Amino acid sequence: MAILLFCKRNVLWISSCSAGILEASFRFCGGPDRIGMTFLLTMTPTIPNPLALIAELTHRCPLHCVYCSNPLELQSRTNELSTEVWSRVFKEAAEAGVLQANFTGGEPLARLDIVDLVRAARSAGLYINLITSGLPLDETKLAALVEAGLDHIQLSFQGAREETANEISGTKSHAQKLRVLEWLRRHRVAVTLNFVIHRRNIDQLEEMLALTESSCATRIEFANVQYYGWAFANRENLLPTRTQLNHSVELLKREQERLRGKIRIEFVVPDYYAKYPKPCMGGWGRKLMLITPSGDALPCHAAQVIPGLSFQNVKDRSLREIWEQSAAFQKFRGEDWMQQPCKTCDRREQDFGGCRCQALLLAGDAAATDPVCSLAPLRPKVDGILAAINTAPSAQNFVQPSWLYRPNPA
Amino acid sequence: MPPELNSRPHLAPGCRLGESNQQRMLLMPVRALRLNGPSLEIVERCDGHHTVQQIILDLQKIYSKAGPQKVEQDILGYLALLQKERALDFEL
Ligand code: SF4
Ligand code: SF4
Repeated sequence: MAILLFCKRNVLWISSCSAGILEASFRFCGGPDRIGMTFLLTMTPTIPNPLALIAELTHRCPLHCVYCSNPLELQSRTNELSTEVWSRVFKEAAEAGVLQANFTGGEPLARLDIVDLVRAARSAGLYINLITSGLPLDETKLAALVEAGLDHIQLSFQGAREETANEISGTKSHAQKLRVLEWLRRHRVAVTLNFVIHRRNIDQLEEMLALTESSCATRIEFANVQYYGWAFANRENLLPTRTQLNHSVELLKREQERLRGKIRIEFVVPDYYAKYPKPCMGGWGRKLMLITPSGDALPCHAAQVIPGLSFQNVKDRSLREIWEQSAAFQKFRGEDWMQQPCKTCDRREQDFGGCRCQALLLAGDAAATDPVCSLAPLRPKVDGILAAINTAPSAQNFVQPSWLYRPNPA
Repeated sequence: MPPELNSRPHLAPGCRLGESNQQRMLLMPVRALRLNGPSLEIVERCDGHHTVQQIILDLQKIYSKAGPQKVEQDILGYLALLQKERALDFEL
């Protein structure tokens, strides 16, 4: 008789998209941005608990990344939630079954009360991931954050080379990030380096790995840009070519083997190249809840682009009430809303028909099958976009493009 | 590579025990692992004091109905999995 130690059902993945060629169960988009959670739980008829709270503390950010996953319309400081409201939200989240909070933004460190927010979330019983550009950080602040209970810091890099990184972020930010990496050695906190991958830096993966190996990080995330928000606007200049992508996948498979037990590599492919869509947010209203800087509760980062959805605000209602009853969370929960081919497809419990926001952006209908799916009636549109990228003369792919930079709100 | 018997595992930074709805969990960066009886017994002993060998002996006592050989194998497999997750560091 053996002792039953491990069963796959016990691993709770906490990530919002995964479009995996590799074992990418992870995702995140935008810059130091977001992480969410995917869970390997079976479908249940009752509404499952939310498992992760994505706390977009502010839209303010010293960077201007061309793929930022923030909405095109940014909230100003005057609309941001107070320390007290956030503290109540953390308590309600833990009571509703949430395990982890992801502090993101914008740049979460732009909040002057960030240490108090960490303390409040930790004393509510949450595990805290902080996703930061590292720009507004100094070593005293770092020590205070760790002391307050920060568990995990995800430092975003825009590239391994100063030149590319500064071009993509529209700021001189790279050198400061290297300083932060040095300070991190002296503090007890988990460290992940987050690289957002696209055509301009996908050929630098080896340098990014070398940078990670020389640091104290135990995880690295290579998340290809997903095309919403600012990234959608800059898509023609960000999508990698098929050759680039294939090369990167092979390289990372080898590196995952080499670094096993030392550094954990997560990789998210651009879903335009995938055969099936990602199970966006682990299914609408199944695992994740995102709170915007002004307190609106969203089922996904980009949900505000979907016409006709109205969102409830944490200032007016409890988190549990919103999770269970809000029309926005109900809208694409379960399967009733699905169209063909999803409605009768065997994969519908795995990918939930893909991303609703992508369906809206590409098909003009949020309830359509995600057009990146090879079974979707609109897949030819995605193939057309890829064909244009892949047949363009390669030189043209590498001249400095005219970027649409994300501004910093007041 | 299985962990060495005389090394002392301890939880890596950012990995800690937690609880939700009376279920014990190992909380890790961006994920969590549910712990059942034996896995909880193991993780609780990953404290930098117990050696892998001591953990095995303890669990063989607690689960005396299971074959000692099998218990050892299961524990080594579980520790290797946690190492792959980067949840453990081993000190010699
Ligand atoms: S602009 Fe700021 S919030 Fe947006 S991706 Fe860059 S660092 Fe993140
Ligand atoms: S048809 Fe729908 S359910 Fe089937 S694989 Fe495509 S997106 Fe998923």
